[in-house]
Amino acid sequence: MSGESDVKTLVIDEQEVSARSGQTILEVARENEIDIPTLCHLDGLSDVGACRLCLVEIKGSNKLLPACVTTVQEGMEISTGTERLRAHRRTILEMLFAERNHICSVCVSNGHCELQTLAQEQGLTHVRLPYRNPELRVDASHERFTIDHNRCILCTRCVRVCAEVEGAHIWDVMGRGIDSIIISDLNQPWGESACTRCGKCVQVCPTGALFDKSKIGSDHPKYPDFLPYLNLMREAK
Amino acid sequence: MTIEELEQIAKSVQQENAKYDYELNVCMDLACASQGADKLKDALVRAVEQSGKKVLVRRTGCMGPCSHGPLVRVDPEDTLYSKANAAHAEKIVAQLGSEPVAGLQCDLNEHFDSQVRVVLENAGHIDPEKIDDYISRDGYKALLLVLTEMTPNGVIHRITESGLRGRGGGGYPTGLKWGTVAKSHGDLKYVVCNGDEGDPGAFMDRSVMEGDPHRVIEGMAIAAYAVGASKGFIYVRAEYPVAVSRLTTAIREARRRGLLGNNICNTPFSFDVEIRLGAGAFVCGEETALIASIEGRRGTPKPRPPYPAMSGLWGKPTLINNVETYANIAPIVRNGGKWFFNMGSERSKGTKVFALTGKIANTGLVEVPMGIKLREIIERIGGGVPKGHTFKAVQTGGPSGGCIPAEMLDVGVSYDALLKMGSIMGSGGMIVMDDTSCMVNVAKFFIEFCMTESCGKCIPCRAGTAQMHTLLTRICSGTGTMDDLELLEQLCSTVKEASLCGLGQTAPNPVLSTLKYFRHEYIDHILNKRCPAGVCNMESQVEVMA
Repeated sequence: MSGESDVKTLVIDEQEVSARSGQTILEVARENEIDIPTLCHLDGLSDVGACRLCLVEIKGSNKLLPACVTTVQEGMEISTGTERLRAHRRTILEMLFAERNHICSVCVSNGHCELQTLAQEQGLTHVRLPYRNPELRVDASHERFTIDHNRCILCTRCVRVCAEVEGAHIWDVMGRGIDSIIISDLNQPWGESACTRCGKCVQVCPTGALFDKSKIGSDHPKYPDFLPYLNLMREAK
Repeated sequence: MTIEELEQIAKSVQQENAKYDYELNVCMDLACASQGADKLKDALVRAVEQSGKKVLVRRTGCMGPCSHGPLVRVDPEDTLYSKANAAHAEKIVAQLGSEPVAGLQCDLNEHFDSQVRVVLENAGHIDPEKIDDYISRDGYKALLLVLTEMTPNGVIHRITESGLRGRGGGGYPTGLKWGTVAKSHGDLKYVVCNGDEGDPGAFMDRSVMEGDPHRVIEGMAIAAYAVGASKGFIYVRAEYPVAVSRLTTAIREARRRGLLGNNICNTPFSFDVEIRLGAGAFVCGEETALIASIEGRRGTPKPRPPYPAMSGLWGKPTLINNVETYANIAPIVRNGGKWFFNMGSERSKGTKVFALTGKIANTGLVEVPMGIKLREIIERIGGGVPKGHTFKAVQTGGPSGGCIPAEMLDVGVSYDALLKMGSIMGSGGMIVMDDTSCMVNVAKFFIEFCMTESCGKCIPCRAGTAQMHTLLTRICSGTGTMDDLELLEQLCSTVKEASLCGLGQTAPNPVLSTLKYFRHEYIDHILNKRCPAGVCNMESQVEVMA
């Protein structure tokens, strides 16, 4: 071989960092404690690049690229927090808050919600966009869990964890555009689906859309950190 | 099949045609067919039988000026009859060889004179369901030439030399794309034809698939040889049943003639094509969504890279080109890259097919050299806006494009010039609007289209287009404020820059371009509660004090 190094060096927010070839910008940034906001990304699941919160600027390109799926290149100069990016992130969060019915005070995830935390971090104090207030279902047919579509942000973490980790593929997306909705099986009630009751989807849900019926009030922290460990142990066999 | 055999077929068709004194070519494309072209053809056949004249009545694909249909062209005189119906049949046949039927002949010389036909050269001249008709007009000659005399690299070189750019809208250099797929490693590669034409007001690809299906297949076979693929898919929307049936016939005929299948023309090259039907999702025209749809999954786009050229259908290197791009391949191979390169403008070569629709005299299909002025397309070829009204704007590129106002009509049509004006080439739809169109309402229409066609995967496109639609609805109903306008502009910026695929990234273009050129109409709606074109229904009309 030509002796090409497997290690790349690049600059993120004026900090020089090194990375293995094939790593994503997000991985390298987090290794170096540079924070890039994400919603659809979760360690241990495949990436879809859908929430667009992790967009970063790369010197020499006018296009914004999602850090979760863009792999590092030698000599890249990346900015993760320019005013242009922050403005887009705030607008995207606003779009999410206005899309369905996110009322923190009556949500089981109040205080543990990734959407809420992100809004605080990004300095989102109010929503300028008109609220859409759609009338959506709450499916409580499952004996242990409930899905409240009003709080769903369609990040598809539940879809991916069920298909990729649990291997059941109960969840999927139905409909298109603003009418997209998460369904279990072929749009049957969750309780009548082939659900294995593992509860992984509840743990990875960033908001209060999926929750455990046994939890009272807003005392419902979620623990998605088991995923990378589970994957590691599986690969180790 | 050899070149000699091909020439033999061509010769026998020509001999067969020479038996007739006249040809009556009846356009059976959708616009003509919907006005009774099939009855007209039957009546012509009957009239010919009764008259005893030696006349060939032929069904053909789209001739172009759809608004004048049903069309009949008499050859060799090249007389064109417009708005013909079954009642005219006897007269048309009776007048063969003497003066054309009075009142039926239409003079569209100006319409045809400025056009250059490459992609549409056979449309209106061959029966799309007869492979021999296609062969008689140099069909499959390019494929045989490539297979027997050229290396794959030589083919790619010729396409690169021609300067051909993707006709699906993006304008990516075709030769470069082919080269990338050819260089990608893989024992299995695919070529895909994108026939998921979904722009409102665009029907170029449909007409090519319906009027000259073999040309698309030949282009794909040449591409497959060049990149090293053995399998092809034509992705057509199910809303084009005629195109599907014509392509199915064409594939069957090509297989029968040994032009598709194993060891084509006794060479080691094998290639076959399958049709895949789209279920009407606009986003499936985006290449990664199209791949997902062919694989049988939900049609949603994926972030690129990896590009399909490296990892496409089932993870294999895949070449995706538009129908019109493939339709350009055979003539480029036959006539050489230089021939194509010499047509068109500096960075946009060759010709482009446009679908002219809207407030214009000659609606239909036109093919013009790149670099031609918009004014020439609209006023000379299109015959201008019908009397009593004035031209206001033309929308190119469908919902992903923008509108171009009257003062910019003297710009030559090219990928770069249109981009500079805030629009795009797109696949070739051209919607002409006159003073009866409200530009805010037009923007609202296109945003509504993008909103309903958004796949829902990424937030900016899914929620952003819906929010833009809400704000535009407010403005159109007279309840919008200047704050709404500011918010609308901010939304445009986020949707454009942050969306995942081309659909979202270009969705704000109609709003941005109307804001750029017709901002006063927005202001009129907001401040004066008035729609200058009188289109929008204002909820709260301002009372005009007498």
